[in-house]
Formats: sequence, structure tokens, C-alpha cells
Amino acid sequence: MLPIVLLSVFGIVLLFLGFLKSKAILLPATLLCLLLTLVVNFIDWNKNYVYFNGMLKTNNLSMVFTAIVLGSAFMVVALSSSFTENEESQPAEYYGLILFSLVGAIMMVSFENLIMLFVGVEILSVAMYVLTGSDKRNLRSNEAALKYFLMGAFATGIMLFGMALLYGATGSFTIAGIGSYAANPQVGLSLLLYVGLLMLLIGLLFKVSAAPFHFWTPDVYDGAPTIFTAFMSTVVKTAGFAALFHLLSASFTGVYAFWWTILAIITAITLVAGNVTAVYQNSFKRMMAYSSISHAGYLLIGLAALGSQTKQAIVFYSLAYSVATISAFGVLLLVAQQRSTQTITGEGNIAENFDSFNGLARQNPLLGFAMTVSMLSLAGIPLTAGFWGKFYMFSTAVERGQIWLLVVAVLMSAVGIYYYFRVIIAMYFRDGATEPIQVAPFYRYVLLAATILTLGLGIVPGVLQGIF
Amino acid sequence: MLTLFLILFPVVAATLILLIGGSERTKQIALVATLVELAGAGYAFAVFKPDATSQFAFDYPWIGSLGIRFSAGIDGISVLLVLLTGLLVPFIVLSTFNRNYPRPATFYALMIYMQAALMGVFTARDGFLFYLFFEAALIPIYFLAAMWGGENRVPVTFKFFIYTIFGSLFMLVALVYLYYQTPATAGATHSAAIVDFYKLKLTPEAQNWVFWAFFIAFAIKMPVFPFHTWQPDTYVESPTPATMLLAGIMLKMGVYGLIRFILPIVPLGMETWGKTAIILSVIGILYGAIIAIRQRDMKRLIAYSSFSHVGLMAAGVFSQTETGMQGALVQMLAHGINVVGMFFVADVIFSRANTRQLDQLGGITQSTPKLTVYFMIMLLGSVALPLTNGFVGEFLLLHGVYTYNPYLGLAAGFTIIFGAVYMLRMFQKSMFGATTSRTESFADLTTSESWVLIPLVFMVFWIGIYPHSFLNVTEPAVANLMKYIGTTAVSMK
Repeated sequence: MLPIVLLSVFGIVLLFLGFLKSKAILLPATLLCLLLTLVVNFIDWNKNYVYFNGMLKTNNLSMVFTAIVLGSAFMVVALSSSFTENEESQPAEYYGLILFSLVGAIMMVSFENLIMLFVGVEILSVAMYVLTGSDKRNLRSNEAALKYFLMGAFATGIMLFGMALLYGATGSFTIAGIGSYAANPQVGLSLLLYVGLLMLLIGLLFKVSAAPFHFWTPDVYDGAPTIFTAFMSTVVKTAGFAALFHLLSASFTGVYAFWWTILAIITAITLVAGNVTAVYQNSFKRMMAYSSISHAGYLLIGLAALGSQTKQAIVFYSLAYSVATISAFGVLLLVAQQRSTQTITGEGNIAENFDSFNGLARQNPLLGFAMTVSMLSLAGIPLTAGFWGKFYMFSTAVERGQIWLLVVAVLMSAVGIYYYFRVIIAMYFRDGATEPIQVAPFYRYVLLAATILTLGLGIVPGVLQGIF
Repeated sequence: MLTLFLILFPVVAATLILLIGGSERTKQIALVATLVELAGAGYAFAVFKPDATSQFAFDYPWIGSLGIRFSAGIDGISVLLVLLTGLLVPFIVLSTFNRNYPRPATFYALMIYMQAALMGVFTARDGFLFYLFFEAALIPIYFLAAMWGGENRVPVTFKFFIYTIFGSLFMLVALVYLYYQTPATAGATHSAAIVDFYKLKLTPEAQNWVFWAFFIAFAIKMPVFPFHTWQPDTYVESPTPATMLLAGIMLKMGVYGLIRFILPIVPLGMETWGKTAIILSVIGILYGAIIAIRQRDMKRLIAYSSFSHVGLMAAGVFSQTETGMQGALVQMLAHGINVVGMFFVADVIFSRANTRQLDQLGGITQSTPKLTVYFMIMLLGSVALPLTNGFVGEFLLLHGVYTYNPYLGLAAGFTIIFGAVYMLRMFQKSMFGATTSRTESFADLTTSESWVLIPLVFMVFWIGIYPHSFLNVTEPAVANLMKYIGTTAVSMK
């Protein structure tokens, strides 16, 4: 509750700070308020509160998700200096929008009422539409924003329709109300419940870019400024999965038999579509877009096999994924900026291709190492956080006996190694530009922190256990 | 606690080497570190009490609520492999003393990290810890091969990496499945201890697919026909020290896995599919040997010979006889020693003559008495001449396969004849005959080079003449395992 208030107030204050002549204060101010919010978030630890007549509820799980979202945002903002130093940019607006979008994300992880879920999704999405198009002289950025907006609005419409149908079936918008109605499937549930649930799922699956609702993802991720792509692929995904988990586990366990097959099929399609298409990309950024689709697939395994392990699995996986993704985009940001020889071509920004990473590890061992660790983590190699994320996900499937889904996931993990290692090969085994890339000290610390976090969680994954 | 030292000391040493950075001294520091490790492994071997228990063990909770423990120890199955890992790495380091690899700190640190992971694989007593080390061993060897390898190294090592990871992912699925079958223990939902996996009574259907999940992982690692296609190219393209690590120690991870996991956990799966597996192994023996006969490149020839030899080890394990298993354990040690010696000789010849093609070599014996003698002894060990180390292992293995099925035993026995053919052909073409333009001024071994081969030659004879000191150590554990397999298989029916 306090985080929502704080972020809203700070967001407005930041917009006013934009009137100042010196823009240098904006970045530290944003970081400071994110840090403050992160601390304040934990004030209610081990207590359950209900706010606004049962609209929002906070508990340890929602606080952990909030912390992941805020932490991701903190790291993204910390890496954003290079983009916002641009003369044409309007950092006050960007940071303001980021804070507002976080309000939406926090609502998505702590809703108790479908209305709040809708409001949260919309706050988050609208801010993202604007940020996607923030590189306003760039045609691809504009295209991406428009595409994202049109498709996103359509998906939201479907989601809202689903909520209306659910209300029709159950007479309630609350999680508990729907849950108690759906808990007795044997008495004959209204058809509206099933249709409504399906439409609601489609809307949310669109936001987390699960196949076959993923077609917007590559273009939007590719067109958006890299820093906002990092934000989108971590914060939106974490919040989306937190919402899906809360919805399915609290309201719809009664009709598990109905939705698990649908979700399992979507999972398999997502895994195959994301991983196989990623193999054919030449642009690292586009590859990361498909990789984010494939990771949506791994996260969906936990939902399709909803059980005692799922909560654990989703928290761990989204944390591991977010940290590794931010660190990868952080390196890409530097490389694309300093290796760019010409601007955008029809094929996109060629400085974002795999070739730009050639020889990077020799000139900048730290960047190379950070990138390697994050790629290993995304590929799920042991001793990184990503391995345990996959491990927990696979455990949920084994617990439910969904071996066929597991086999698909395993095969696709092997495919994943192929494209993640292309970067490592380029960095270590190919020759490229000889002058090292300049890295600001603060930037270096953020990348180092992400790397240490990934390795640390890989070596002692137990630290996250039993705290929520 | 000794086990913990054996795993952690190389990690610490390698990290220090990285921190100090590359210099003239890096080689010496690496050698000292690996010698300390050898002392530890040798001490473990010397004071190991020959019984079926796990010794020098330690056990800490790692992921408490999941019941996954950091638990390792040395038993009769792993003691020879621990010795092998400790023994070979110092000689591999020593074999590089005449070479100057660029970025030496990274090079030696990766080698020593690799050693730590291998020690972990052979001593892990927890299924997931085993998996972790199994995968962790792959990262350093991949970088070693891909950064310092030959011309075509990048695609070749990439294939190797994806191939092996692909296999071990199946093992991960099997491990997770087994883990969920174990009953709840105090304070944890399940247990991942390997001994708890042994107690499981799986259904025949489950045993069948778990068998294949493990078999594919280990078959790719060894490799067994038809999963071997990554191997010859990787061995040839890797720098020689990496090839030695791969052929000398890493492929033993596969054989070890067969003994540790497949035999005791899925005896019914073995009953159904064991015959298929042993036939694949025997095909590999003959196939590898026949291809080796036709090879022109020394390194490639040794690679195929290694493929052939490891097929015999797998067949011996799958024969499920005590002699076969004992043979596999001794042969793993012997083969590791021989193959490192052979690759080293190939490397010495390459460094002098700048070629490994047999038709461009010849007449080397005339100026190199030391090299000739050591090369001959290593070679005789490889072709399993009596009184050398190869004989003990191969004899026991063939006896085991013969007991299982006389025809398969006969087919596998051809390995001795074929082995002699390709090895002696290699020796004849490279060492005898007229000198060529490339071998005219061929210098004999330097002191440091001799000191790589002398201890290995010593080991060839020790194992060959008095194998009792090694067989004795493994015997109780193998007998115990065989008894266990016999009773569980019966009780599951």
C-alpha cells in the first residue's frame, strides 16, 4: 500500500523536477525513491493487510514480487544514464512514467478484485506504450509503439470481456467470491465461467507474450529503446506471472481439470515457438525478444502444473530471469552505443547484431564475464540462478506427472543453449574491434552486482526458501 | 574432510592463479598446486580401507527444505578414479612446460577448475550434486578447447558442448523423477541421496525410461556407438592438454555413471535393455578399431582407439559380472594413463616435425632412444600385452563379457587383435623406416618431457605386474554392489 502511494507522489514530483535547468539530479532522485520504496515495501513483513475494502491485499508473497519488480526497475534505471543523456530526451517524463508503471505492476501482484487487476494492467501498459515510442525520431520505435498499443488495447478488451462474463457467472468480482463459486465443479458450473476464464487468460497471456499471442513481441522489443526493452521484459513479465499465479491458484483450482490442458498446450507451443525462432536471429536484441517468449514458456510450466512447488518456482524463476536479462541488456546497451558505425538500416540497428560482440571479452573482460554469466543463467547451466529456476519448474511438472511437457522443455533447453552460446562464442573466440568499450564506474557496479547475484543464487539457492 | 579438501583445494588454487595473473611462474604454480592435489589423492588411496563403506566423507545441508545435501565421500567404486584424477593432471600440466600458451593464467586455472569438478563428480553422494559437477566439468573444458584449439575449433567444440548438455538434460529429468519417488525424510520433503535412490522400487515402465534417460547421458559422454560423432573432431581440434583431460578423465565420468546409477537403480530396465546396450558397446569396439586402422593422423587414430577401448569398458559394466566391473574400474585407471602418454607422444612428435600425418613421418627411432622406449611401453600397455596395465583390465573385461554371452565375448575379443594392428602400424609408420624431410633433425626428449613419461611408464608396470594393490581396494565395494543388484532385481519382480 505504502509503495503505491510513495511511487505516485514521487512520480508527480519527478515531473515537476523536469522544469529545473539541470537534469543531472533526475537519475539519482529516481534511484533514491526506488530504494526508499523498496525498503518501505518490507514494513508490513509477516503481516497480512487488506486495503480499500478488500480491493488490494498484501502478504509476504506479494511483497516479494513487489521487491523483484522494484529491484529490476532500480537496476534498469541505474543503467539508463546513457540513453537519457541524449539532448532530445526528456528524462523527467521517462522516469515519471517508469514510476507510474510500477504502481500498476504492484497492483497486479496484490489485487484481490478483478477490477484492480484491470486497473493495474492498464496503468502498466499505457506507460509502456509511451515508453516504447519514446525514441520519437526513430521510425521503428514509432512503429513498435503503435503496434504494441493496438494489439495491447485489443487484448485488454478481451480481458475485460472475460471479467464481465465471470461476473455474470459468479456474481462477484472478488478473488474469494469467484473461488468459492468455482470450488464445486460437480454441481454444474455456468458455461460463462469457462468462457470468461479463457478470455481473461488470453488477455494476461498476451501481456506475458505467450504463444500464440506473442507476435507483437519481437517487433516491439526490437523497436523500443533498449533500456525500455529491458524494463518491459522483466517488470511486465514478473507482474504478469504474479497475477496469473494469484488468479489461478486462488480462484480456479476447482476447475484445474478444465484449464490445465489448455495451458499445457500453450506452454508447449510457447517453448517451441520462442526457442526455435530465436535460433534464426542475427540481431542479439531480437534474439532476446524470442528468448523472453521462451522463458514465458518455462514459467508457464509451473502454472500448468500448479502445485505446492509453483509459488517457489515462479518467484525464483522470475528473479533469476530478471537479473540475467537486465545484465544482458546492460551490456548490449554499451556495445550497441559504442560500436555503432551507422544508424538504423532496414534490417534494424546493425550494432545490435551478434557480430558487434566479436572479441569483446578480450577488450573488456568484465563485460564479457557479466554477459557470459547471464547467458549461462538464461541457458540454465548449473551454478547459476537460471539452473535452479529451471530445476524448480521441472520439479513442478514431475510432481504432477506431466512428463511429456517436461520432454518438450528439455529438448527446447538444448536448443536454447545454441543461441545463447552464439554470443559467448562471438565474445571469446572471434576477433573484432580493438579499442575497449568505456564503462562508467557506476555502470560497472550494477553489472557486477547482477553477476554476483546470479552466481550467488546459483551456489546457494536455499537462501530464498521459506522466507515467504 | 579429505574429500572436501580434494574438491575445494583446486578451486582455491585456480582462483589464486587467476588473481595473480599470467607470468613466467604460472606453470610452476600450477604444477605445485596439482602436486599438492596428487598428494591428497595418493594419501586417500593409501589409507583407504578396502571395504564397502564411504570414507573421508562429509555431509552438509545445502538446500535444506528440499533435502538436497552437499555430501561427498570416497568408496571402493570411486577411489581409483579419484587417484586417476589426482595423478594425471600434474603430468598434463608438466606436459605443457615446453609450450607457451597465450593467457597462461586463464589456461591453467581452467585446467584446475576442471580437476575440481571431476573430483566432485567421482565423490558426490547426492544425485543433484553429482549432476552439478557433471555439468560444471563441461564449462572449463569447453573454453579450453575453444580458446586454444586448432583451426576449426569453434564449430567443433560447440557441437561437443550442445551434444553433451543435451544428453545430461535427460539425466536431470531422471534425477528429478527419482527424487520425487523418495519418501519424505525428517525436516525435508524428499531426499536426493544416491543411497536413497537405491532403495526405490520403481515400476518396470518407469525403469525402462529412466534407464534410457541415464544411458543417453552417459553414452554421449563416453561415447558409445552411435553417440560418438562429436568425439574424433573434438579430440583432434582441442589443444593436447584438453584432449588429455577429455580422453584421460572425462570419458570415465560416463562409465562411472553406469556403475553408480544405472546398475543399482534400474535393474529391471537393465534386464530389458541391457542386451541392446551391450551390443551397441560391442559394435563401438569393432567400429572404432576398424576406423582407427585406416587413420593417417596420429591424434585422430588415438581418438578412435579411445572410442574402441571405452566401448569395452561399457560392455564389461553391462555384463553385470564381478569380473567385468572390476575390469572396468582397473581399465579406467590404466586407459587414462595410457591415453595421456600416447597423446603426449603425439604432441612431442608434432612439436618437432610439425605434422601428425603418418605418411610424412618415419625414422624417428634413429635419433631418439628415450622417446622410442617410452613410446613403445605406453603402446604395449594400450595393446594389452601381459605384464602391462592394459592386459589386466582387458582380460577381466573380456572375461566378464564372455560370461554374459560367449559370442559377444568373442566379438569383443577382436579388440586385442585390431588394437595391435593399428597401434603397431602407427609405431612402424612414425618411428621406423627412412627419415623424411620433416624428421631429419629430430631431437630426443628433454628432461621435463621425460619426467612426464617416466612416472606413467612406472604406473604401466605397477598395474601390470601387481594389479592386486588396485583390485584389492575395489573388490569389496564391487562385490557388495553385485550382491545388492542381485537381491533388488529379484525383489522387484
